[in-house]
Amino acid sequence: MRAAIGRDSEPKTYLVEAGAIRRFADAIGDPSLLYRDERAARKSSYGGIVAPPTFLRLFRPSPAIPEFPNPLSSVLDGGSRWEYFEPVRPGDRITVTIRLVDLYERAGSLGNMLFAVRENRFVNQSNALVAVDRDTEIYYDAATKEVEHDG
Amino acid sequence: MAESVITQEMRDVIGVESEPVTQEIEKGAIIRFAQAIGDSNPLFTDEAAARKSRYGGLIAPPTFLRSVLANPPSTDLKIPYSVGLDGGSEWEYFEPVRPGDRITHTVQLVELFEREGRMGSMLFVVREGRYVNQFGTLVATERTTGIHYDPPQEA
Amino acid sequence: MSVQVYFEDVQEGTELPVLRKDPTTQQLVMYAGASGDFYQIHYDQDFARANGLPTVIIHGALKNAFLGQLVTDWVGEHGTVKKLTVQYRGMDEPGTPVYCKGVVTKTSLEDGAGLVECDIWLEDHQGKKTTPGSAVVALPLRAG
Repeated sequence: MRAAIGRDSEPKTYLVEAGAIRRFADAIGDPSLLYRDERAARKSSYGGIVAPPTFLRLFRPSPAIPEFPNPLSSVLDGGSRWEYFEPVRPGDRITVTIRLVDLYERAGSLGNMLFAVRENRFVNQSNALVAVDRDTEIYYDAATKEVEHDG
Repeated sequence: MAESVITQEMRDVIGVESEPVTQEIEKGAIIRFAQAIGDSNPLFTDEAAARKSRYGGLIAPPTFLRSVLANPPSTDLKIPYSVGLDGGSEWEYFEPVRPGDRITHTVQLVELFEREGRMGSMLFVVREGRYVNQFGTLVATERTTGIHYDPPQEA
Repeated sequence: MSVQVYFEDVQEGTELPVLRKDPTTQQLVMYAGASGDFYQIHYDQDFARANGLPTVIIHGALKNAFLGQLVTDWVGEHGTVKKLTVQYRGMDEPGTPVYCKGVVTKTSLEDGAGLVECDIWLEDHQGKKTTPGSAVVALPLRAG
């Protein structure tokens, strides 16, 4: 398992489309015109439509990669730490590369938990780093949890 | 048969065309739609393969069109029932729909009728939608039947 | 892409290859997101029951899409779908397979195009035809 630490996923490139930004903003219930109204957005400091901060999650596959030999089948999202450098705009071609950076264990409410930390790097067509998301997945054994509940 | 709920005001809506709504067709939306319906046809999902086909690029699956609008055009019909079900569709296709197309959608009410059914009195609303691309070409029509009723009261 | 079917290959009574689909509640959510149809009877069980339904039901338009796939799979790259009609007579629930089927009812040559009419329908896992319909397609000619 430790051998997987430091491993990069195959880079994958995605096109950012205006409709996808609008649909994402609708789905998170954010009415900002920056995400849907070209005319209003043009007058903003961004000069056009941009994507909401967490839009880039669409470009992170589920289940998460890179994979590693993992004996635990259940998973919860443990959190994200985003860092932003450039706005994401319709028409951008974003290349994402994901690296497994850490694995560690803890015992807690879900029994024995395995924490996997991955760093997602998002680079646009001008080769500018637009954002980095360091996210943590928590893997656990659902069967253990049931036993604990019953006990 | 219960008293008709169809008023003159409702009949007056028949034949009136809605405001048009225009939407650009996005590649990602086509691919996502094909994934959602579980259709892996490369014409809908694989740009490189579709480029080698007679279409020269991705096209949309047949029923994609009705999914492209965030706010589809609507007729001004006030329906006096709380539940609406989709009763069916009749599609007619004339041209393929491709990413980058700008599709203008209008709809009009064409017929209203009532029937008694297992849900009690039901109102049938027949509409016809027209989809025209950026070249002014009619790409498809869809005639839909909506079925409206009030849910049966619990005994 | 699959093997191309030609106009000369079909006649009245020719059956379309059966398409099995396994709709799940997850697929209904995916379809809601992709189509923008967020009517709660398709994912909220309490809401569905309050509206007189036994449980959440499959979007009619998703069944329409399944029947669209039945036809586009069959006609292949060089065939064209001209008309597609469905009626939602019965409701279908996620969790059990549905089967899309079709049979050719008429063939005709019009202005050099091979037109084929079909009855198409969707059956539930007990063989009940919940969603009848029809399609008109143009198939390529071998001698073309």
